[in-house]
Amino acid sequence: MNKNDSFGKKALAYMKANPIVVMLVIVAIIVGITKDNFFSWKNFGNLMSNTAVRFLIALGVSGCLITKGTDLSAGRQVGLAACLSGILIQRGDYASRLTKLPEINMFVVLLIVIVIGAALGFLNGVIITKLKVPPFITTLGTQTIVYGLCLVATDAQPIGGFQKSYIELITGRIGNANGFHLPYLLFVAAVFGLMFWFLYNKMRHGKYMYAIGGNEVAAEVSGVNTTKTLMLIYLRAGVMYAIAGWLLAGKTGGASTSMGMGYELEAIAACTIGGVSTTGGIGTVSGVLVGVLVFELLKIVLQFLGVNPYYNYIVQGIVIVVAVALDVRKYLAKK
Amino acid sequence: MSEFVLEMRDVCKSFPGVKALDHAQLKLRPGTVHALMGENGAGKSTLMKCMFGIYSMDEGEIYIDGEKTAIHDPLEAWDKGISMVHQELQPIPARTIGENIFLGRYPMKKALGFIPVVDHDKMYEETEKLLKRVRMDFDPRQKLGTLTVSQMQSVEIAKAVAGNCRVLILDEPTSSLTQNEVEALFRIVEDLKKENVAIVYISHKMDEILRISDEVTIMRDGQYIGTWNAKELTTDFIITKMVGRELTNLYPKRENVPGEVVFEVEDFTSINPRSFRNVSFNLRRGEILGVAGLVGAQRTELMEGLFGTRSHTGGTIKYQGKELHIRRPKDAIDQGIAMLTEDRRGSGIMGVLSVADNISIASLNKYVDHGFVLNTKKINDLVEENRKKMNIKTPSGKTLIKSLSGGNQQKVLIGRWLANNPDVLILDEPTRGIDVGAKYEIYCIIADLAKQGKSIIMISSEMGELIGMSDRIMVMCDGRMTGVIDGKDANQENIMALATQFE
Repeated sequence: MNKNDSFGKKALAYMKANPIVVMLVIVAIIVGITKDNFFSWKNFGNLMSNTAVRFLIALGVSGCLITKGTDLSAGRQVGLAACLSGILIQRGDYASRLTKLPEINMFVVLLIVIVIGAALGFLNGVIITKLKVPPFITTLGTQTIVYGLCLVATDAQPIGGFQKSYIELITGRIGNANGFHLPYLLFVAAVFGLMFWFLYNKMRHGKYMYAIGGNEVAAEVSGVNTTKTLMLIYLRAGVMYAIAGWLLAGKTGGASTSMGMGYELEAIAACTIGGVSTTGGIGTVSGVLVGVLVFELLKIVLQFLGVNPYYNYIVQGIVIVVAVALDVRKYLAKK
Repeated sequence: MSEFVLEMRDVCKSFPGVKALDHAQLKLRPGTVHALMGENGAGKSTLMKCMFGIYSMDEGEIYIDGEKTAIHDPLEAWDKGISMVHQELQPIPARTIGENIFLGRYPMKKALGFIPVVDHDKMYEETEKLLKRVRMDFDPRQKLGTLTVSQMQSVEIAKAVAGNCRVLILDEPTSSLTQNEVEALFRIVEDLKKENVAIVYISHKMDEILRISDEVTIMRDGQYIGTWNAKELTTDFIITKMVGRELTNLYPKRENVPGEVVFEVEDFTSINPRSFRNVSFNLRRGEILGVAGLVGAQRTELMEGLFGTRSHTGGTIKYQGKELHIRRPKDAIDQGIAMLTEDRRGSGIMGVLSVADNISIASLNKYVDHGFVLNTKKINDLVEENRKKMNIKTPSGKTLIKSLSGGNQQKVLIGRWLANNPDVLILDEPTRGIDVGAKYEIYCIIADLAKQGKSIIMISSEMGELIGMSDRIMVMCDGRMTGVIDGKDANQENIMALATQFE
C-alpha cells in the first residue's frame, strides 16, 4: 500500500486482505435491512458492551499470540475473577451470602482480583520462561488449576445479590437506553485500546514483543531480555482477564463457575480474524478490535436470524477455521 | 560390462546466480575407495545429491554398469544400489536399533491371516545379521540413543549397506570421531571393499585420504579438475589442485593501521568436548583479523562462545586489560562487542518486521524520551543515516526486511550493530549469499570501520576474501587454533595446510 493511494484504493486493499470481515459486514447489512430492530440504539449498545469485555480479554491474549505463544487459561481466569468479584461484592444483607466479611468497596475488590490475576499470569510466565514448558501445555495446565480454584472458592454455587451501585456502574451509560447512548464499558474499552496501542507502538516493550515473535533467537542475540519481556506479557494478560472478569460479573448481574468457559478460544479466534498471525510477529490493536467486533456481530446476527443457539457454535467454529485458513494462505502464496 | 559400476558424465547444475556444477565427472570402480575432494563450495555435495536424485541435473548422464540410467529420487537410488551416510546423522534415539535400520521399509506379515503388522522377529533377526556385517555386537532391541556417535554411524552404515548396496557414499564420516573410532570405521570400509562395494569418500583430511583411498577426484568451483591414483599423490599436490585458481575478486584499498592490542582471549574452551578448545588469540585496535577453517572447524561456535550465546568451561576474555564475564549476548553488547551472524534468516533478521524495527532493535534504549516513550523521529533518522552511509536499497524504513535482497538485509544488520557504536565487531561470513556488487560494498564498509579504529574479527570460508581483507589470519582446525598467518604472507596453500592439521 502506498501513502498516496486514495482512501478507496486503501479500502479495496483492506477488503481483499480481510474477506471474512467483508463477508460478515455484508451479512449484517442484509440482516439489518430484512429484520426489524437490528439497526437500533439498543442493539448497538448491546454490541458495544459485549465487544468491550471481549476486547479486553483479546488484548490480553494478543501479546501471547504475537510472541508465538498462546494462553488457554484466559477464559477460566476471567471466570475466577468474575466469581471472586461476585463473592466479595455481595450485599451485606443478602440472604445466601458466601462470606462473613463486611461489605467491601467494589474498587478494592477490583484491586484484589487484579493482584490475583497478575499472580496467575506471572505463574504462566515463570513456567514458560524458566521451566521452558511450551505455552500451549503450560496454560492448558493452569487453565485446569484455575478452574479448580474457582470451584473451591465458590463451592460450585451460583453467586448473586451484588451491591446495587456495582451493577449500576458497569451497566451504566451516557444517554437514554432506548435512544442514542454510549455504555460506560465502551469508554473502558477505548481507554485500554489506546493504552495497548501506545504500549505496542511507542514503547520498547512493544518493539521487543514484536521482535521475539519475528525471530526469538535474533531478538536474544540483539540483547533483548526475552525472559523479562515474555514474563510481562503473560502477567499483563492475567491482569486483563481479571479486569474483564470483574466487569463481566457486574454486566451479567451474577457469576457462576461456568462463566468464561471457552472465552480463550473466542479471544484467540478474534485475534486471528483481526490479522494477528499465528506465525508470530504480526498483529495490531486495531486488528484485534475488528476481530472481536466481527465475532460479536456474528453472534448478534445469528440471534436475529433466529438460528437455534446450538447451531451458533457450529457457525462460529466454521468462521474460526476459515479465517485461519485464509490467514495461512497469505503466507503460503509468498513462498 | 563396463569396468565402472557407476559413471557420472558432464554433470551441470545451476542455482539462481551460481553454477554449482560445470561438467563434473566421476567414475567409480567396484571394490575401491574413491575420494572426492575440493574446498567448501567446490560442488562435492551437489554432485552427490545429483547422484542420489535429491537434485535433478540440468545436463549430464549417469551410467550404471555402462548402461545409461536416470535417478529421480533417493528411493530410486536405493533400488539401484546407491546409498549414502550423511555428515549429519538423523537418528531417532528413542527407537531401537532395528527400527532405525528398517525405518520406512519394515518387514511385514499378516496377523490372523489378513491384518498387516510389522514382523518384529524378522526385523530384529535381519538387524543382527546387518550389525555383524559392520562388526557390531549389539542387541538390535537396544535403544539407539544409548550408543555413541561412532556406533550410531556404524548403524547408519549397516542401514546403508542393507539390501543390494553397490555404491556407498560417506560424507565427512570422521568429522566427529576419535582416532580409535576412525580405525574401526576403516575396518568396516575394508570389509565392504572385499564385498565389491564402491565407496565414495568425502573428506578434507589428507592423511585419511592418502591412506584409505584408491583413487582421488578433485573438484574446484564446480568443475572437474582430474582423477588420480591415490598412490601417486602428495598432500601438497592435492592442495595445489584444490585451491589453484587466480583471484578475480577485487578488494578495496585498506588504510587502517593496527594499533595496540585491545582484545585478548586466552585458553578459551567450550563445554562441548568436540567443539572449540584451548583457543588463545588477540586483536588490535583498527585491525581486521580473518578467521579461516574448513566446515566443522568450530569457528562460529568459538565466536558465539565469546559473544555469550554458547557456554564455555574455561578461559578468559580481556578487553583493554580488563577481564570480561560474558554469560549472555547482552553482557557482550554492554561491553561494546557486536556479532553479525552467519545465519541471517535464523538469527539475524526478523522477517515480518520493518527495516526500521530491525535496525533499531539492539539500540532502542537510545531513542527513549521521558524514560518510556520511543522517539520515532530519532529511529527514522537512524534509518536514513544508514541508508545514505551504506547505500541500503529500500523503498522506506517501513518496508518489511524480508522483501530486501540479501546484501541489503546484511547492510541493515550491520547498521543494527553500528547503532550501538561497538569497539569489537565479529563478522561471521559477512558476504555469504550476497551478489558480487554488494560484496564489494560490504568490503568497503569493513575497511572503513577498521580505519575508524574498530577491531574486526571476520570469519570467512572464502580464501580470496580472507587474504584480500585481513591484516592477520587465524586458522582453526577441528576446534583448535592451528596458527596465525600475517596477511602479507598468507596464501591459499599455507592456510589450507593449517586448516587440515588434524590431530
